[in-house]
Order: sequence, then structure tokens, then C-alpha cells
Amino acid sequence: MKQKLFSLVSLLVIVIAIWYLAALLMNGNQLINNLERKNQQWTYSQVIAGAYDVKRPMLPAPHQVGQELIKSIIDKPVTSKRSLIYHAQITLNSTLLGFVFGSLLGILIAVGIVHNKTLESSLMPWVIASQTIPILAIAPMIVVVLGAVNITGVIPKAIISMYLSFFPATIAMVKGLRSSDKLHEELMHTYSATAKDIFWKLRWYSAQPYLFASLKVAIAAALVGAIVAELPTGAQGGLGARLLSGSYYGQTEQIWSALIVAATLGSILVWLVGIAEKVLLRRRGGLDHA
Amino acid sequence: MPNSLKNIIYIVLITMQLILVTLSDVGFYDAMSLYILLLFATAYSMAMLLGQLTTLNNKYKFVKPLIPTLFAFMLILTWESIVKGYAISPILMPSPSNIFTALINNIPMLWADFKQTYLKAVVAGYVIGCLSGFLVAQWAVRNKALKDALMPLGNFMSAIPIVGIAPIMVMWFGFDWQSKAAVIVIMTFFPMFINTLTGLQSTDALHKDLMHTYAAKKSQIFFKNQLPHALPFIFNALKLNSALALIGAIVAEFFGTPIVGMGFRISTEVGRMNMDLVWATIVVAAVAGSLSYGALALLERSLLFWHPSYREGKNS
Repeated sequence: MKQKLFSLVSLLVIVIAIWYLAALLMNGNQLINNLERKNQQWTYSQVIAGAYDVKRPMLPAPHQVGQELIKSIIDKPVTSKRSLIYHAQITLNSTLLGFVFGSLLGILIAVGIVHNKTLESSLMPWVIASQTIPILAIAPMIVVVLGAVNITGVIPKAIISMYLSFFPATIAMVKGLRSSDKLHEELMHTYSATAKDIFWKLRWYSAQPYLFASLKVAIAAALVGAIVAELPTGAQGGLGARLLSGSYYGQTEQIWSALIVAATLGSILVWLVGIAEKVLLRRRGGLDHA
Repeated sequence: MPNSLKNIIYIVLITMQLILVTLSDVGFYDAMSLYILLLFATAYSMAMLLGQLTTLNNKYKFVKPLIPTLFAFMLILTWESIVKGYAISPILMPSPSNIFTALINNIPMLWADFKQTYLKAVVAGYVIGCLSGFLVAQWAVRNKALKDALMPLGNFMSAIPIVGIAPIMVMWFGFDWQSKAAVIVIMTFFPMFINTLTGLQSTDALHKDLMHTYAAKKSQIFFKNQLPHALPFIFNALKLNSALALIGAIVAEFFGTPIVGMGFRISTEVGRMNMDLVWATIVVAAVAGSLSYGALALLERSLLFWHPSYREGKNS
């Protein structure tokens, strides 16, 4: 454990060192070009000193990103349009809405597939094929089209998130619902249990470990969907909108801080699903490897 | 036989619906709302026919791939009927026939987009990303410190929206395909790394010992024991990455691109409300995505014929 921590920490140190070095090189070049265009004299010490506080740097150094984060998270009130918390909360709304509906849809499809043979052979290939379609690409379109019929705000974004998160849930649930012990199934059969009984008393439980593993994937996918769906909405807010406006105006610090908030949000969401998994699976006696 | 009589009725219903859709004027549901009943009847007949096809015995195995095709046909027929029947504006939802016409009429442009996005950005990024993930995993399996450092990072990376780095990459590598390839490299690296590492570690200790008693060289152990064990995992990553790569390229093009490329086409034609062209681009992307996935699946099947997951299929 200690050794693992050590490796991780040393990796982080290396990454930050490389980051500073890269920032020096990239911003330094930018600075030199700038100075030469103005026909000014420059020395290396001057460039090194200036590289870390260029305005709109190619690669902002970690402390610059940190300053931007503090500025946009702590210094701004939460309701302000420049606060990242405000934007993160917009993204979170559509992520969670899409995730909940996507998982429910995925579970429903899986139940249908497991219980109906026609549905399996006609639907299952398309469930898989649906994921080879880069649906994320039409995210902007769905937002625009739904906007044309006056559906705006959280719902179009949630639809994208839903589409992305239903697939992991379906696949895992089909596998999980079928993974119940053959002996148990036969026992239920001798009790002359109905399909409903078998589902609620046996299959649903055998599927839970699979479901949670896939929910972690699904919630990360839902976040990606929400962020991409925010790209065309422009001024309406959200982390995706921050990324886009940052890229239009060359505000690299804004891009990086939005990215870091998105990454933190993603890991917190996955972590929360992990906690829920642990609690639930422990309550049923720690059958983690069922 | 009453059963075959029923089937004839089903087929007649479906044909009637087809004739209605192809020959009637736009807006026939508005004009005559009872026609919608025919659509329900068609859907019901199709479901019944599909049900019969699934319960056919094994002698008619060749109809199996037909079932999803018929299902898709039914979906497209319903889509076409509703869009045409209620005269829905093509800006909201173009009908499949409109999309198909747009696809046929714009083949040169769509081909140029495909070349820019798929043949340049996706292929380059995919190859570099997967290869480097594979190589670093080789290194990490021998070096514990590297593994301990990269594994948590890999898990972290799978939880975060990597497409977000697209604007940064566009800033660094310019508007052309290189920036898209860079996004794809970062997106595909970690899935490949984690899967290869898990695969290489899944080798049986007994097998390893056996190879050792045969005095096998390191390269022999790798090619005859480790690599075959890791292949299922590697193919998993390859398939996952093929979908990720296309998404990465298209999304990265939203942040700036020369005036060609599938992401560019989608974002500009959305702006001009040419929805049929947008959908045509998506059809191209979907076909490219499914074909590359299918090709990988075929390759996997031919390389992993010995694996239990494929052998089981043959017996049943």
C-alpha cells in the first residue's frame, strides 16, 4: 500500500515537473516570437521569468490554472455566471437526469430481452450496433432540433446522456439476469414459481453486481454526453459551454479549469456509485463475486 | 393451413402499408386519420412474423440474420410513414427516403469528409493510441512501480470526459487532422493499456511454470503463453476504441477544422438547417463505425477460435 502510494505520488511529481517544463518551452517560444515581431532585444533569463505569466498562454502552468480555479470557484458567488460551480451544477443536472432515465430504459430493455425470444433476436443486434454509431456527433443536432419545437434547457442534454448510458446497463443486465444459478432456477421451478416470482426473488438479485459495474461506466458516459451536448448551446451555460467559449476567446486557463472541474465531477460521480454498490452488496451478505 | 393463411394476410397488410407510403401524397394521416390503424396492423403483423421466424427450428439457421434486418425495416417503415403521413417539417425530422437522396446526391462531398475524418485522423490516432497503450502495458507488466503509478491514473481517466481536451489539442496542433489524431491517441491509450495489462496478468501460473520447465525463451513465453491469453482483452479494447476514436474525431472537429470533415459538416449543416445532409453524414459515420467494429469482430473470431466463448457457440 505504501509502495503504491509512493509510485503514484512520484508519478504526480513527474507529471507536474514535465508540465512546468512544457509550459516554459511552449510559452517561451510564444514570447520569443512576440518579442521578435516587435524587433525587441531579449535574453533567456527574461524569457524564463516571463514564461509563467504570459496572458493567454499556450499551456498555462499548474499554478496559473490553480489561480483561475480559486478565482472562479471561491471568489465568485455560486449564482454568478462566471462561477464554475454554477456551470458544474447545470451539467450535473442533465447528467443525473439522463443517467437515471438511461439506466431505467436499459434495465427495461434487458428485462424484455431476457423474457422474450423474438425481442432478443430482433433487438439485441441493434443494441450493440447502436454503440458503433457515433451518436455523440448528433448531440448538437438534437439540441438544435428540440430547441426548434421549444424544448430547451435540461431535457435535450439529458436525452443524449440517456442514449449513452442505456447501453452499458442493458448489456450488463442481460448478462446478470441470465447469471442466476441453474440449481436455484430449477428449485424455483419445482416450487412452480411464476416468471414474475423468479424474476423478483432470484434473477433481480443475481443481476445486481453486474448492474453496478455497468452503472459506473454509464454515469461517466452520461457526463461526457452532457458536456458535448452543451457545446452548441453557447451562452446557456454548463461546463461544455465554458470549454467552447474558452476555445473561441483563447482563454486557456478557463479551458483547463473547466476540464479539471469536469474531471473532478466525473470521479466523484463514479465514486458515489461505487459507495452505493458497496453498501447494497454488503447488505446482502457481501456477495460481490456472485 | 390456417397458419399460412394468417401469414398471407400479414404480408398483404405490410405490402398495403408500403404502397400507401410510396404512392400517397404527403400528409395522408392528416387527411384520413383511419390510415393509422393500418400502421398498427402492419406493426402487429411484423411482430407476429418475427415471432414465427425466431421459433423456426435449427434447419433454417440462415434466416437468423434476417430477423434484425426485418426489425430495422419495420422501424424505418414506421419512421417514413409518420414523417410523411403527418407532413412533419424536414427541418425537424427528415424521412429516410430524403436522407437517402441527400446521401446519393452528395457522395463526392461526403467522401471528402470521410477521407479527412476517418482515413486521416481516426486511423492515425487509433493506430498510435492502441500501439502505445499496448507497448506501455508490456513495460508495466515487468515494472511494478510503473504499474502502480499508471493503474490508478488509468481508472481516473476512464471516469473523466477526455473529449474536453479537444480545444487544447486544436490550439496546439492546429486545425488540421493532427489535432484530432492527438485527441484520439489520448482517448484510446488508457483503455488499451488497462486491458492489455489485465490480459497479460491473467496468464495461469501453472502454464508459466510449464513453459519454464521447457526452458522457453522470454520471447517464446510471450508469444505462446502471454499473448494468446491477453488477446481476448486486447480485442475488447480494440473494439471499444474503434467507437471512441470516431466520436473523438467528430467532436474535436466542432472546435475548429478546415472546411472539410464529418464534424464540420454536421455543425455547419445544422446551422443551415439542412437536416437531411446532417443525417446522411451520420449514416456514413454509422456505417463506418459498424464496419470497423464488424471487421474487428471477424478478426477476433478467426484468431480466437480456440477460446471458450467461441467454442460454446458451436455446440449449441
